[in-house]
Amino acid sequence: MRKVKLATVWLDGCSGCHMSLLDMDAAIISLAGKVDLVYGPLVDAQEFPDGVDVTLVEGAVSSMEDLHKIQEIRLRTNVLVSLGDCAVTSNVPSMRNPIPVNKLLQRVYVEGADEGKVIPTEGVPPLMKHARPVHEFVKVDVWVPGCPPSAKAILSVVTDLLAGRKPEANPNPKFG
Amino acid sequence: MPQTISIRIDGELVSALQGQTILEAAKQAGKYIPTLCYFEGLSAVGACRLCIVEVAGTDKLLPACTTPVQDGMSVTTTSPKLTQYRRIALELLFVERNHVCAVCVSNGHCELQNLATSLGITNMRHWYNYPNLPVDLSHKRFVLDHNRCILCTRCVRVCAEVEGAHVWEITERGISSRLTSGLNQPWGQVTDCTNCGKCVQVCPTGALAEKGWAVEEMVKQNDNISGLAHRKGGQ
Ligand code: SF4
Ligand code: SF4
Ligand code: SF4
Ligand code: FES
Repeated sequence: MRKVKLATVWLDGCSGCHMSLLDMDAAIISLAGKVDLVYGPLVDAQEFPDGVDVTLVEGAVSSMEDLHKIQEIRLRTNVLVSLGDCAVTSNVPSMRNPIPVNKLLQRVYVEGADEGKVIPTEGVPPLMKHARPVHEFVKVDVWVPGCPPSAKAILSVVTDLLAGRKPEANPNPKFG
Repeated sequence: MPQTISIRIDGELVSALQGQTILEAAKQAGKYIPTLCYFEGLSAVGACRLCIVEVAGTDKLLPACTTPVQDGMSVTTTSPKLTQYRRIALELLFVERNHVCAVCVSNGHCELQNLATSLGITNMRHWYNYPNLPVDLSHKRFVLDHNRCILCTRCVRVCAEVEGAHVWEITERGISSRLTSGLNQPWGQVTDCTNCGKCVQVCPTGALAEKGWAVEEMVKQNDNISGLAHRKGGQ
């Protein structure tokens, strides 16, 4: 049987959703037998490959880099999953949204800094005006809210997707 | 003595009292209708539209908390259409302000969040508004965080109708509507406030909370407030 090509991606989030993914105890071993993990923070791959079956997205879209990444990923992914509150609602990253970006950077990198006191521009992607949920930019197929979603919730969604089923609507989706 | 009448709720024949609302009749018959702005014992205002029901003979969805029963009325409390509209009402509340459940004092004990779970909401279909809203920390015991306020007016009503202090009011209109205290003063400066905490306890969200609690720690204690309101002659 062909292994399912699975990718994970980490946008503006804390990596907690990836931690939760790894937290599924022994289930991860049988899962590992069924998937080819082709991209993500857990593997060493530079390029997002073509023809990915399932991509789990952690984090909000917050910078121009996030935006380009997610647009590219959407083109190369069959089923896109918004994993966790930051991807689904923008959650904690959105707390900066009411503050204009220039004021925010000024406060953090100049007023709040002990030394340096410059707003970095090189090697860092420009922030967008708002950190926003993934589905406001690209089509999302499945949402798994939670901060983080439980390992059980992730496992159940991934198991359904691997079996080629549309994941059962989570009977108890919970934000937070 | 009000007249006893018969109505049907989800096909089942139940008796109700003339003058009761659909919600009261349903509760009496042990039927569940989701509510958010309604609080037993306070006047009903029909603000949130979570309690909408279908009534035979009209295409309009009617709020159960403010619609009086009529003899022979046939009410449907659950249908795909109702679920769809209840979801829309909730989703609009979520995108209107800044609900970051993960860092909220009421996370896990919030009526808004619980309703989203029970209606199976996994995402909001509308763009988020992200308004810039203040937090009023001026009261010595309590906090008002406008980011989490859904303008249900439970606080307004409990303070006026049960405590008799009339501290709260809604100011402005439409999307600019805000809860305000006293003569548009910081809460801590409103001398009419008796510090009773009733507004905090009836608030369905994390908008009003006691100071000193961390994320997930604010559990509202409002079981006794309806009884108190009834003794005051409320509804
Ligand atoms: S008030 Fe309720 S819905 Fe809003 S952030 Fe707090 S827990 Fe979430
Ligand atoms: S604490 Fe009591 S008196 Fe003060 S605003 Fe709240 S309900 Fe009114
Ligand atoms: S503060 Fe709470 S009780 Fe008052 S209107 Fe806002 S959500 Fe309702
Ligand atoms: S509970 Fe009836 S409209 Fe809010």
